[in-house]
Amino acid sequence: MIKSVKLRLAIVLVSVALALIYLFPTMSGQVPGWWGKVFPTEKIHLGLDLQGGIHLLMEVDVEKAMHVSTDRLTDSVKRMLVEEKIKVSEVSQVHTGNIKFVLEDVGELDHLQTFLEERIPGWEHMSTQGSIVLYLVSEKERQRVEKLALEQAVETMRNRIDQFGVAEPEIRVQANNRILVQLPGIKDTRRAIDLIGKTALLEFKLVNDQFDPTKISVAELGDNLEVLYEQARDPETNAIISKRPYVIEKKSLMTGEYISNASVRFNSQFGEPYVSLEFNSQGGKLFGKLTGEHVKRRLAIILDNNVYSAPVIQEQISGGQAQVSGRFTAKEAHDLAIVLRAGALPAPIKILEQRTVGPSLGRDSIRNGFVSMVVGFLLVVAFMVVYYRLSGLVANLALVLNLLFIMSILALAQAALTLPGIAGIVLTIGMAVDANVLIFERIREELRLGKTPRAALDGGYGKAFLTIMDANITTLIAAIVLFQYGTGPIKGFAVTLSIGIVSSLYTAIFVTRLVFDMVAERRSLKKLSI
Amino acid sequence: MQFFKAGTINVDFIGKRRLFMLISVIAILVGLGSLMVRGGLNYGIDFAGGTMVQVRFAKDVSPDDLRQSLAGVDLGDVSIQQFEDDEAHEFLIRVEKSKAGLVSLSDEIKVVLDEVFGSENVDIRRVEMVGPKVGKDLRRQGLLAIIYAMIGILIYVTVRFEFRFAVGAIVALVHDVMITVGVFALLDKEFSLPILAALLAIVGYSLNDTIVVYDRIRENMKGLGKQNFLTTVNRSINQTLSRTILTSLTTMLVLISLFFLGGGVIHDFAFAMIVGVMVGTYSSIFIASPVVISMQPKKK
Repeated sequence: MIKSVKLRLAIVLVSVALALIYLFPTMSGQVPGWWGKVFPTEKIHLGLDLQGGIHLLMEVDVEKAMHVSTDRLTDSVKRMLVEEKIKVSEVSQVHTGNIKFVLEDVGELDHLQTFLEERIPGWEHMSTQGSIVLYLVSEKERQRVEKLALEQAVETMRNRIDQFGVAEPEIRVQANNRILVQLPGIKDTRRAIDLIGKTALLEFKLVNDQFDPTKISVAELGDNLEVLYEQARDPETNAIISKRPYVIEKKSLMTGEYISNASVRFNSQFGEPYVSLEFNSQGGKLFGKLTGEHVKRRLAIILDNNVYSAPVIQEQISGGQAQVSGRFTAKEAHDLAIVLRAGALPAPIKILEQRTVGPSLGRDSIRNGFVSMVVGFLLVVAFMVVYYRLSGLVANLALVLNLLFIMSILALAQAALTLPGIAGIVLTIGMAVDANVLIFERIREELRLGKTPRAALDGGYGKAFLTIMDANITTLIAAIVLFQYGTGPIKGFAVTLSIGIVSSLYTAIFVTRLVFDMVAERRSLKKLSI
Repeated sequence: MQFFKAGTINVDFIGKRRLFMLISVIAILVGLGSLMVRGGLNYGIDFAGGTMVQVRFAKDVSPDDLRQSLAGVDLGDVSIQQFEDDEAHEFLIRVEKSKAGLVSLSDEIKVVLDEVFGSENVDIRRVEMVGPKVGKDLRRQGLLAIIYAMIGILIYVTVRFEFRFAVGAIVALVHDVMITVGVFALLDKEFSLPILAALLAIVGYSLNDTIVVYDRIRENMKGLGKQNFLTTVNRSINQTLSRTILTSLTTMLVLISLFFLGGGVIHDFAFAMIVGVMVGTYSSIFIASPVVISMQPKKK
């Protein structure tokens, strides 16, 4: 322990000043301009449960991403084999990551194997049975693809959220292909989830008008056709009010990956919103080619397997532009433009966990938390004064400082204050006086033994010190484990509890001792008010 | 002010230790019994998975109205709970199912409520959806958290004291957790994430109490080494008794404030803590030290 009272007083004053500086932005609401140049301006962050918002835990379907990516590679392998003049009657992905080749000439087996080994190192030969050759995507390649899909999904989500405009979103990758997204202050949950979670795979496919979509049989559909629907939703309730079927040729002529920009426009006749697409130069060429080849056919514009519209191609479209119209509101058109600009997710996502707190509940929680904190605080303060008289006042001073330090450390560390976090602070109030109770009880014991006040102070603090340390370190162990294993709001509890334990050691031992020493220095202690 | 006159207090805690151990064993058995009868804890959606919607209506709505309005939606088992304290017509709708798609069950519920009661009267205050996989993960993590906390404590106490003290501390902690969980089983109260946090806080709190007593025993063993260990322990418990009770009291004061004023989520948390602090105080007086005594090697 530092001997000099002056030095200790300086330490306490400096720490209190620092705490006040860190708390000032939170307390004042608005900081003056010059403040930001010298001092920190961060306020205490409120958790989602206090300010309202959405917490989403999602899982990227990496299996599906793997399937899609292998399909794409299989397609290009097919083309490469033609160039290479290796004749195969079938190349297909039989199930995810398993590729089957059927050779027309078994003699070309070696040729095929050397070719694949050289050009597609991610595939491993699995087995050969006559003319059927099976390949498997290697574990390493699989991991690479999955990791890429996850990164791409996070990147796309971040883009979408940025464009949507959310203050302080949090997007984190977690184990098991999971992504955690927290959006504070969002009111329209439905819309936000749609925006983040929509795969937004835009495809252009041809409509087959030879069949009546309401009567077509499974046999007629075969492998190359499918029935997709154009759905109209009630803008109020989001319920599907009508469904119109189309027979669609499965082969995708083009996807949204060539989009360079997307924006909302309004139809000049009825003022209906639509999304105008601009393609990059490669996409423009591709789109020109496909529209040129299929004049007078109907081209379906499909988003996530929903048909948006299916206009007839009147003539070749070479300007590198297209539009997605359909029955949507201005809001929906706005969001659609965002997702098309930000790009498609590499695979569909599943929502594993969703927690939404509305702003009204958040406000109530803040009020409840605050009231219970004040009442709890006053009860403890009153009790300490009644039980320990003037010494109780000293303990209360420590308690006030403790609260001040907890709050300022929260602002400093930019840790979010949650409702369980407030509970942690309230609990800390109750437990923080424990250190003083231990010390004061010890001092009383020493006084009973007939020691002078001065000696009793020394004895009390000295003997209680180790006990306090042991007791608090063990509590800290529990708090740290809670932090490690807790999720979301529970972490907030662990944070304030840990900060509270550490800062209570400082205030309850160091600060109170200083006060007693200062008093003892001024006048000779004849009696302790304890 | 003093609750106990100086030095006058000398209760023979240790002499009656078998009686208190018996009381504790009975309490734990009652808890385990109700756990068995009920077929496990009443897990909240955090651990069981499912969907929960907290909704407030701007007009008069009875639980039956609400139940009827939801009859058309395929929700499986629905439980509807009205908030007791307010006249604001606030309800908790809990559904066992959850949906991983982008359109969740809560959206379907909202659509129906908007339709039946008018969207201007419906305020969806909170939605929680936890998939079954996540629920299982959270359960496992929760159990691990408690186990790791105990191991950490075992190591720390062994280093700072002796192994038998560590065992006493852990027995007391397991005792506190089991009785608190038992109370939840007995009252069929919902066991959720905040309650798990409360259990860990209880572990920390009860340990705090126990360590203070141990510390005194250690100190007294140095000074009065020649004396009977039983007397030393009993004396230590008596010496720290006023502190033990005072700290429980101040903690209880804030917990009572949380319990009555903290609002819905905090209410149950505070309840768990109140039970835990009482049990924890009891165990650091009646259980932790007696266990150390029973591990004392017998003199031949």
